[in-house]
Amino acid sequence: MDKEIVIKVCTGTGGVASGGEKVLSAFQDAIAATGIEATFYEKCTTKKVGCRGFCSKDVLVDILINGEKTTYKHVKVDMVPRIFDEHIVKGNPVAEWTVEDDYYTFHEKQQKVVLSHCGEIDPEDIDAYIAVGGYEAARKAILSMSPEEIVDAVKKSNLRGRGGAGFPTGLKWELGLRIRSDIKFVICNGDEGDPGAFMDRSVMEGDPHSVIEGMIICAKATGSRRGYIYVRAEYPLAVKRLQLAIDMCHKQKFLGKKIFGSDFDFDLSIFQGAGAFVCGEATALMRSIEGKRGMPSPKMWRSAEKGLWDKPTVLNNVETFANIPRIILKGASWYRNLGTERSGGTKVFSITGKVKNTGLVEVPLGVSLRHIIYDIGGGIEGDKTFKAIQTGGPSGGCIPAEHLDIEVDYESLAQVGSIMGSGGMVVLDETSCMVNTAKFFLEFTQEESCGKCTPCRIGTKRMLEILGRITRGKGRDGDIELLEELGRYIRAASLCGLGMTAPNPVLSTLRYFRHEYEAHIKEKRCPAAVCRDLITYTIHEEICKGCGACKKVCPADAIRGTRKTPHKIDQSLCVKCGTCFDACKFKSIMKA
Amino acid sequence: MEETLQKILEEYRKNEGNIVTILQDIEKTFGYIPEEAVTWFSKKLDIPASRFFGVATFYSQFHLKPRGRNIITVCRGTACHVKGSERLINRLFIELDITDNEDTTSDQKFTVEKVNCIGACGIAPVAVVNHEVHGKMSLDKMMKEVRKLKKSE
Repeated sequence: MDKEIVIKVCTGTGGVASGGEKVLSAFQDAIAATGIEATFYEKCTTKKVGCRGFCSKDVLVDILINGEKTTYKHVKVDMVPRIFDEHIVKGNPVAEWTVEDDYYTFHEKQQKVVLSHCGEIDPEDIDAYIAVGGYEAARKAILSMSPEEIVDAVKKSNLRGRGGAGFPTGLKWELGLRIRSDIKFVICNGDEGDPGAFMDRSVMEGDPHSVIEGMIICAKATGSRRGYIYVRAEYPLAVKRLQLAIDMCHKQKFLGKKIFGSDFDFDLSIFQGAGAFVCGEATALMRSIEGKRGMPSPKMWRSAEKGLWDKPTVLNNVETFANIPRIILKGASWYRNLGTERSGGTKVFSITGKVKNTGLVEVPLGVSLRHIIYDIGGGIEGDKTFKAIQTGGPSGGCIPAEHLDIEVDYESLAQVGSIMGSGGMVVLDETSCMVNTAKFFLEFTQEESCGKCTPCRIGTKRMLEILGRITRGKGRDGDIELLEELGRYIRAASLCGLGMTAPNPVLSTLRYFRHEYEAHIKEKRCPAAVCRDLITYTIHEEICKGCGACKKVCPADAIRGTRKTPHKIDQSLCVKCGTCFDACKFKSIMKA
Repeated sequence: MEETLQKILEEYRKNEGNIVTILQDIEKTFGYIPEEAVTWFSKKLDIPASRFFGVATFYSQFHLKPRGRNIITVCRGTACHVKGSERLINRLFIELDITDNEDTTSDQKFTVEKVNCIGACGIAPVAVVNHEVHGKMSLDKMMKEVRKLKKSE
């Protein structure tokens, strides 16, 4: 047999959760068990690859026979023998299990720069990274470029900080280069705390070397000898893969003393966060590495002047660093031309919520939201009506349908009352309650407020209390105005970005969905039937078949009725958990 | 305990650690931060215990009370929220009879906690049952897991 066969199994967090590791070992067992010629074994390899961004179809498996790729979706261990026998041994793909057109359109409509290696190479193998041109850029930067040339290239590329604020990366590096100091630090911010955002996790898990390479280049540009990657505690797999990558770099002399044979030293270690959202803020993050409470401090000076242990520190986001090797290799103008006039390159978004294709999407800056939601995301799940898209996580806002055609970049999102943020996008449909959504985000920021400054600590608490009573049907006249007033003050007076942006979800929903707030306050009604205190579950007697499925699952024993006769819900006992609503096959349970 | 703490102290000295790394090691070893461990370190390093508690209460990863033998973490990220993770949590609290302001059952069998986001939004709603990530969690699947754990206890 002279075929060359490669089996690639997705083993990102999503892939593993769906059983990726088991599928991988099932393929390995299958290869070992076949008694076919010895050469077969050598020609047939399995690879674990990082997330390819389409987690709702996991476990995804690529089978390449002489370079020809077939992709299977939702692969389970018990499907492996058949795929192995029919496809790998006999050469006939199992058509019923392969991905459909939506998988290809999802990928074809994207432009992958940062994610180009994710899902293609084995993140735990440095040779795989080197084989696709890895560490070429770092070698070039260290051996043949001056710090000024590197800074110049980054400046020309128009790359802006992907952590959310969009500060021009080249300027930050230039500042880092100009400051004179014997000790300087490079920090990679992998504290991706925004709920609903997971692009940094995918890059750290799927292509850790690109981040390390970006940091090496930054170290050379700014004259730093020491770097840290701050990874949040909730990402154990990312920590493991990055550590492995760092260890391999040491062996290859890409990190440590005299890297690439030059006289340049740079070393890197991982610092694991301990679970605090505010540590994504630069000054708080540096206090955390110092072993203190991660509380932000007023920005009297930039971190590039006085950062970690009061030394000059250049801090960038994971995605920012991952872009750097590509800019150095392919050139600044190539990168610049990918985006808009104001911001160069591509941006990775994680699109989730009520959309058909959830996952990671990388597009050039400047495409429309509609393109992301409908062309790539495949539209709204269950063909319901689109209501809003929430961008920028808890610091961002909700954008309604009328603004779907704006070009996505830092400025245009700010104009409609939201932000780019780290790139989380959550699609909401007609069944999402906007007051509840705003409350959800405020609950989050209120809990994560570090408590240092009063507007944030007390202001968000008061806003949350008001939203709480509105969703419980106890809202009063004047609550809306009070929310707006508080929001303005918190925004103006808070110390750090967390507080300054915390009111955004409330203010933006008030701007576009005021009527929903009014319905809650004046009519004591939740139009989307989400807020627990404002809805009741009832059983429609004519539809109910008396099968008893709801009665069986009710945790509060609130459903009464004998078999084959319509059942009833005892409202005094009902805890409104909604289990019966899901359990009823005849849709006889009403929610209003 | 002394011996274990001594080991953590050695690690700290070797790797130029700090309060956060010490607490991370204590949490990993004991499953929570016992008061005695903090006083021990406070004396050894001549750092006031309040500094340790200040840091321990700041970060959500540290727990001052012992936790249950089984830990169910429900993701409360945005995607999970939109897909109904609030209902999963509420149901767990009812099912396991955990009272308000607590997160652990009185018999120490279960701890139910929330996490901001584990970044597996594509397969929301997500729950982590004893370190294993489960995607597309439904009330039904959740209860099956709970029953399985109850049986194995």
